[in-house]
Amino acid sequence: MMKRWQAFKRLLPLMASIALLLSACGREDLSALRPQGPVAQGSYDLMKLAISIMICVLLVVFGIATYVWIKFRRKKGQTEPPEQVEGNFKLEVIWTVIPLILVFILAVPTIQKVFAMGEDYTKDKNAVHVKVTSHQFWWEFEYPDYGVKTAQDLIIPTNKRISFQLKTADVLHSFWVPSLSGKIDTNPDGTINKWSFTAPKEGVYLGKCAELCGQSHALMEFKVKAVSPESFDRWVAAMKEPAKLPEDPQIAETFKNQCLTCHAVGDQGGPAAPNLTGIGGRETVASILINDESHPVKENLKKWISDPQKVKPGNLMPKVDLTAEQIDGIADYLANYKLNY
Amino acid sequence: MAHAHSVKHHKGLMDWLTTVDHKKIAILYLVAGGLFFGIGGIEAMLIRIQLWKPLNNFVSAQTFNELITMHGTTMIFLGVMPIIFALMNAVLPLQLGARDVAFPFLNALGFWTFFFGGLLLNLSWIMGGAPDAGWTAYTPLASKAFSPTHGVDFYTIGIQIAGLGTLIGGINFLATVITMRAPGMSFMRMPMFTWASFITSAIILFAFPAITVGLVLLSFDRLLGANFFEVAAGGNPILWQHIFWIFGHPEVYILILPAFGIISDVIPTFARKRLFGYSSMVFATILIAFLGFMVWAHHMFTIGMGPVANALFSISTMLIAVPTGIKIFNWLFTMWGGQIRFTTANLFASAFVPTFVMGGVTGVMLASAPADYQFHDTYFVVAHFHYVIVGGLVLGLFSGLFYWWPKMFGRLLNETLGKWTFWTFVIGFQLTFFIQHFLGLMGMQRRIFTYLPNQDFDTMNLVSTIGALLMAVGVIIFFVNIVITMSKPKGVANDPWEDGRTLEWTIPSPPPEYNFKQIPLVRGLDAYWKEKQAGNTEMTPSEPVGSIHMPSASILPFVMSVGLFIAGLGFMFSRDEFSNSFLAGIFNNYVVVIIGLLITFICMLLRSVFDDHGWHIEPEELEEEGVKA
Repeated sequence: MMKRWQAFKRLLPLMASIALLLSACGREDLSALRPQGPVAQGSYDLMKLAISIMICVLLVVFGIATYVWIKFRRKKGQTEPPEQVEGNFKLEVIWTVIPLILVFILAVPTIQKVFAMGEDYTKDKNAVHVKVTSHQFWWEFEYPDYGVKTAQDLIIPTNKRISFQLKTADVLHSFWVPSLSGKIDTNPDGTINKWSFTAPKEGVYLGKCAELCGQSHALMEFKVKAVSPESFDRWVAAMKEPAKLPEDPQIAETFKNQCLTCHAVGDQGGPAAPNLTGIGGRETVASILINDESHPVKENLKKWISDPQKVKPGNLMPKVDLTAEQIDGIADYLANYKLNY
Repeated sequence: MAHAHSVKHHKGLMDWLTTVDHKKIAILYLVAGGLFFGIGGIEAMLIRIQLWKPLNNFVSAQTFNELITMHGTTMIFLGVMPIIFALMNAVLPLQLGARDVAFPFLNALGFWTFFFGGLLLNLSWIMGGAPDAGWTAYTPLASKAFSPTHGVDFYTIGIQIAGLGTLIGGINFLATVITMRAPGMSFMRMPMFTWASFITSAIILFAFPAITVGLVLLSFDRLLGANFFEVAAGGNPILWQHIFWIFGHPEVYILILPAFGIISDVIPTFARKRLFGYSSMVFATILIAFLGFMVWAHHMFTIGMGPVANALFSISTMLIAVPTGIKIFNWLFTMWGGQIRFTTANLFASAFVPTFVMGGVTGVMLASAPADYQFHDTYFVVAHFHYVIVGGLVLGLFSGLFYWWPKMFGRLLNETLGKWTFWTFVIGFQLTFFIQHFLGLMGMQRRIFTYLPNQDFDTMNLVSTIGALLMAVGVIIFFVNIVITMSKPKGVANDPWEDGRTLEWTIPSPPPEYNFKQIPLVRGLDAYWKEKQAGNTEMTPSEPVGSIHMPSASILPFVMSVGLFIAGLGFMFSRDEFSNSFLAGIFNNYVVVIIGLLITFICMLLRSVFDDHGWHIEPEELEEEGVKA
């Protein structure tokens, strides 16, 4: 134990400099190198330890190799062959034992963390429970304790354990929020996975599908929005309010007939497609059209509704037969459908 | 000339279609493997061009998925493995002091099934779409419901036929090493390349049946409506992953062990020093092969196997670092105190060592499951396995090709062009893949056809694409080198590197049909080097000059493979609807399948019923040829 700690201590300065170097890498809300929660931090600590050990190994190998290549080049006039060495028992033992020790140093925290991350919180009363169902190519989030269902933006309270049960409705996907936690696959019924993480800081974190799932695998992103517990409660309350339908009766009729057959808002509509309640306040449209000043949510919605296959090839939303006015009316309604929380 | 009238000697194309000579089969493997390697390389370039900037639309999402699937499948099964087999065929019998492999007919059969399997797989591009579910073909994505074209059928049937060839080849090499070593060549005197080939063949023997079973199940699911991987009907898609990886991980060692073998032969030759720690090298190789079967689930850490399985597979995977480390240091200390000459072959071998170590250390990092939750299915993994396969195996193959080219073709590849290939390829390789480690850690998942801007991915992807183009330049220079070299006359010495240590350098380049006029007597490890040190210029023969028994050429392996090819195509389209009633009749009633299988079975019957005792080269003929040479 003592020895391990000493080896570890010697690695500390190296680890510190690597951490400094790596933390310059990537976006805070996306990079696995800039962890924003304890689970991602756990993976990151292991990475730092592993990288430090590995850099030592690389330095030794590169050092010997460079020395050998320079020192032992064949010189002019060397006709007599060099001494033929069969081997060296001592050396060979050394380079068998040292890797074993290095592996041991890495193995101990690995096992500790595997079990820590594998902890089952699905029965935990204090946790917020979320059922994740992945679809080609969108994410469904259900909060069974609150009777609320949403899509694409996962709203979670800060500093609370979020306990996930994940499955897929079609092919395999993988649920990954790099800055909060490593990934976990979503399997079909029968092999439902459990996972959990917490987000100490408020913010919006990028999530991605990490398992090839078809044409729009690349576009199957989602957001994790960590908000204060009070704000989370307000969001749940807002989600449970009755549906707010378009004011214009013609648009409302079209929306009911054309959209709510698959989609749902509030207490109305079907479960086949992403829930649209409060879509105007989400970070993206269809997970890939980012809502910002130059691309307001209404423009994105219009772009999406007028040709979904162009935005996200292979997805299940058909090009619905709508006039330009109808598209504009529906987009306008959805863009203004925001929740206060 | 006594026998020559009774034996039919083919000329031209027929010679190549009927040959059972391991040296010619090696060339066939090399040409076919090189062709598929080129196709896989073009696919790689298209992938990198698509990814050079965010939201590029050079290819569609569907085409991109087909490209990544075919790039992986082609490179592994049809590109590098056949080139490995080319070197094994060209060199292994020579290193053993044998006149051919144990089963020359099977050797030809192995090549032709591989070739027609590969051809079938690549026909998918022009017959309704290539497979698009990744080279791992995870179900349910690879099932009929989510991949409705015939792409995945081409994958399952094509690889089954090609895999048959690999399995046949593996068994053949096992038998060859066990039974055909020259007198005095004990196991512990075999050159490392032969050892590596031997162990690789053993891995093939145990790993390929697993994928064959998996592919049969998957093709039954898709073509006959079975339910092995269908959840709704009680199947389990995770089962596919276990089957795939219990083959797939040993496959990694099938790829890398021959490269270890090549390096272990090239480095001692050009350092003029015997391999450091030969016996520990042998045991490390065996240990790697053994452990290679114990680690498959590390490809599945995120599938939810639970902490116990994840912990166990983490540890077993990390342990592989130990025998691999032994090898690395043995190579370094082989060079230590040597007199190193940097020919192109040795440049590639030397670059192999640090590059492979980089792939190895990221492998150990991946082995740590909780860290792998972040690495898994990102560009970090892409970088890792390209370091192992390209930085390891492909550098090894280049080294081996430059090293044994004079033995195979009687001409030395141009060294200047060779060095150009080396520098462009190696620099291009590092540019392409080093940066991908960071892309992965920064959140770029693998197998994505595009990415949004403002994620800090743009510059790194551009650099990666430039590197890939540089690698392509290196490969093109290599092809130019081949063309230039082959247009020159033959005529290199038996031992063109002057420091050859093993038996292949004791015979002419290229060797005569029968390899060794007299089978040599082996008196130690590095048999030829030992003789040279004793002041001899050639090996002591272990037999008097006598009549040499040779196997007869045969067209049967070719025809048998054509039969399998036809049957495969027929099976694939057996459930399709055809507007043409003739086509519907022959496909839907399995007529095509039956015709194909009949061709194959009739060939097998012919082979069994008519004994072919081969033919002999008489001593006087050997003398004649000796004069000619």
